[in-house]
Amino acid sequence: MKSLAELQAIKDKMKDKVVLREGTGEIRVVVGMATCGIAAGARPVLNAFVEGVNKENLSDKVTVSQTGCIGICQYEPVVEVFEAGKEKVTYVKMNAEKAAQVIESHLKNGNVIEKYTIGANQ
Amino acid sequence: MIRSQVLICGGTGCTSSGSKVLMSAFADEIEKQGLSEEIKIVQTGCFGLCALGPVVIVYPDGTFYSRVEEKDVAEIVEEHLLKGRVVERLVYNDVDDAKKEEIAGSVNVSLNDTKFYKAQQRVALRNCGVIDPENIDEYIAMDGYAALGKVLTEMTPEDVIKCVLDSGLRGRGGGGFPTGKKWSFTAAQPKGQKYVVCNADEGDPGAFMDRSVLEGDPHCVVEAMTICGYATGASEGYIYVRAEYPIAVKRLKIAIEQAKEYGLLGKNIFDSGFDFDLHIRLGAGAFVCGEETALMTSIEGNRGEPRPRPPYPAIKGLFGKPTTENNVETFANIPQIILKGAEWFASMGTEKSKGTKVFALGGKINNTGLVEIPMGTTLREIIYDIGGGIPNGKKFKAAQTGGPSGGCIPASLIDTEIDYDNLTSIGCMMGSGGLIVMDEDTCMVDIAKFFLNFTVDESCGKCSPCRIGTMRMKEILEKITSGQGTLEDIDKLEELAAYIKANSLCGLGQTAPNPVLATLRFFRDEYIAHVVDKKCPAGVCKALLTYKIDPEKCKGCTLCARNCPVGAISGKVKEAHTIDTSKCIKCGVCMDNCKFDAISRS
Repeated sequence: MKSLAELQAIKDKMKDKVVLREGTGEIRVVVGMATCGIAAGARPVLNAFVEGVNKENLSDKVTVSQTGCIGICQYEPVVEVFEAGKEKVTYVKMNAEKAAQVIESHLKNGNVIEKYTIGANQ
Repeated sequence: MIRSQVLICGGTGCTSSGSKVLMSAFADEIEKQGLSEEIKIVQTGCFGLCALGPVVIVYPDGTFYSRVEEKDVAEIVEEHLLKGRVVERLVYNDVDDAKKEEIAGSVNVSLNDTKFYKAQQRVALRNCGVIDPENIDEYIAMDGYAALGKVLTEMTPEDVIKCVLDSGLRGRGGGGFPTGKKWSFTAAQPKGQKYVVCNADEGDPGAFMDRSVLEGDPHCVVEAMTICGYATGASEGYIYVRAEYPIAVKRLKIAIEQAKEYGLLGKNIFDSGFDFDLHIRLGAGAFVCGEETALMTSIEGNRGEPRPRPPYPAIKGLFGKPTTENNVETFANIPQIILKGAEWFASMGTEKSKGTKVFALGGKINNTGLVEIPMGTTLREIIYDIGGGIPNGKKFKAAQTGGPSGGCIPASLIDTEIDYDNLTSIGCMMGSGGLIVMDEDTCMVDIAKFFLNFTVDESCGKCSPCRIGTMRMKEILEKITSGQGTLEDIDKLEELAAYIKANSLCGLGQTAPNPVLATLRFFRDEYIAHVVDKKCPAGVCKALLTYKIDPEKCKGCTLCARNCPVGAISGKVKEAHTIDTSKCIKCGVCMDNCKFDAISRS
C-alpha cells in the first residue's frame, strides 16, 4: 500500500459489496460466526445458506458471508438479511431447516418469516 | 462415498449417560445393514444439552435425537439411515420455541428495533457482527485503514498523541489510565527500539469482549497498534492472546497476513518511511499474565511473574525497552477517534470518562450477551432496558463488576451512572467489563468466597501478602460459610484485606481483597447472619441449612427415606418421617423427590 488513492480504490470497489446498492435487488445474508454462534450451531446454518443459495441459483442476487459476534449471544445462531433500501431482518435461533425456509420464502419470494425474527423470540 | 454422518456426543455428560455403548451399537447395526460404506460415525464434543443426553445427530438433515438408548439404535439405523424416515418419537422438540412462534403476531423483525440494541452506541464493536472478519476488503470498505492512512500522510506523531489525549480515552482493561498520556511517556523516551503490546489475555470470569473484538474485527486492532507504533516511535508490536481463544488467534493470524500482503504492515507503509511489524504470542492461561509486567515477562519467554513498578513499561518494558501496552478494547477505539476527531469521542460519556464501554452481561439476566453503551448509563438501564430484567421474576440483588479485582453494586445503588470514578467512589471498579447480575438467590459471602478461591488459585506466588494473605482470607470465609465463624473473624478479614492491598507487588494482589471488602460494605448483615445466627439468608451455604419434614403434610410414602444417600431419614410407612440432622449432608435430594411438598429448607 503506497498511497491513500490505492486504499480508496479498494474501498470503492468493496463498498458496493458490503453496502448494497439500492434498486438492484441485491441481498446480503450474514451469519454470526464467533465462538458463541459456532457453539450454538452456526456452522450448519452457514452451510445450509451457501448450499441452498447455490442450489436455487440465487448466487447472482444473494451473497452469503460470515461475521463476528453482534452481541445477542443468547439468540445465536443469528442470521441477518440486508437488502438495499429496506430495514435489515434479524433471524434468531436458526438451524439448517429454518435456513431452508428462509431461502424459499424470504430470499426467493421476498416474504419475511416473522416467527423466526428477533421480535417474535423476545 | 459417505452420504450421511451420525454424530454421537462423546462429551463427559453424554458419556456418563451411555453414549459409549451407542457408538458400538451403531457400528454393529450399520455393518449389519451393509451401510458401512455410506454412513460415517463421528464422535463429537459436548453440544451443551447434557440434560438431554445421550445426544445423536444425523447429518446432512441435522435430525436431533435426544435421550437415545441402546434399544433405539436398530430402529434409527433401519428407519432413518436405510429408509430415510426420521424416528419422530426420539426427535427433540423445543416446546417453548414452538409456543413463542404461535403467539407471535405483528413483530419487529430487525435487531435494530429491539430495546436491547437501541440503547447501545457501538464504537469498539462497530464492525462486530457486520463485516467478514477474514476479509480485509470488507474492513477497508468500512473505513478500515483510513485512519492509518491519515496518520501517516497528514499527521505528526505529536498530533496523534494530542488527538488521543484530547479524546479523553482511558484504558479499557480496567485501570482507566489516560491512553494519550501513556503514549506520550513512551514517545518521550530517546529514539531506538520500542514496542507496542496489545493485552488480549482476557482472564476475568464472565468477560469476553476482547474475544469478540478479535473474532469480529481483528483488523481494527492491527490498525490501531500500527498507529500507536507511529505515535510512540515503535517499529514492532506483540499481541498477547490467550490460547483458549483459538478462533480469535486464527482470525488475527489471517488479518496480519492480509495486512502484510497489502503493505499495511511491513516496510515503508503508505510511502511514509514508517515500518511496523506484528507478532502473536499465546498465553497459557495464567490470570496473572493479564498484569502488564507479568505479561511482558511471559512474552520474553520467562515464567509469567510481575515485577515491581517503577520503572514503568513506558521507560523499561518489553526486553528492557520502552513499551506501550494497551488492552484490545482501548485499541479498538483508536481508528474511530483519529477519523472522527477527539471532539466527537469526547462528546460521549461523562465529564471524566469519555466514550463508550463494552460490557459482557452474564449471570441472572434475560439477555446475556455483549453490549456497548455510553459512559454514564445507569445500571438500571443496563439491567432492565438492555438486559431485559431478571429471569423468573426474581428480585435484583447486586451486580458484580471487575471480576476478581472488582466489587459489587447493590440494588440500592442501581441508579449509579457507570463510569470509572463513580464506580471507584463506591468501592467498586470498572474492570475489563464483565458484568455479572445476581438475584435474591445469591449468597454474597459465597460470591466473595468464589472470587477469593479464584485469586488463591491464580496467585503467582512471588510475593507473600498475595500468596499467603489471600489463602488466609479464603480460610476465614470457609469458616464463616460453614457456620464456625465469629465476629472477630470479620474484623480479621478487614485487617488482612488492608494489609494485602497495601503490600502486594502487583495489581492481582492489590485488588484481590476487593470482592470481600465490597460485600462487607454493602452486605455486612449477611456476614453477621452467617456468624451470629448461623443462617444463610439466600439458602446457599449448605452447612447452614436445615431440612425439615412437616408432619402435617408427610404421607409416609418413604420416597425420601429411600432416596437419602446417607440414611438420615427414618419413619414407618404411612407415618410422618423425620430427618436426623446430625447425619444429614444437606444434599436436598429428599426435597426434590417429595411429592407432597412436605420438606422445607431454612
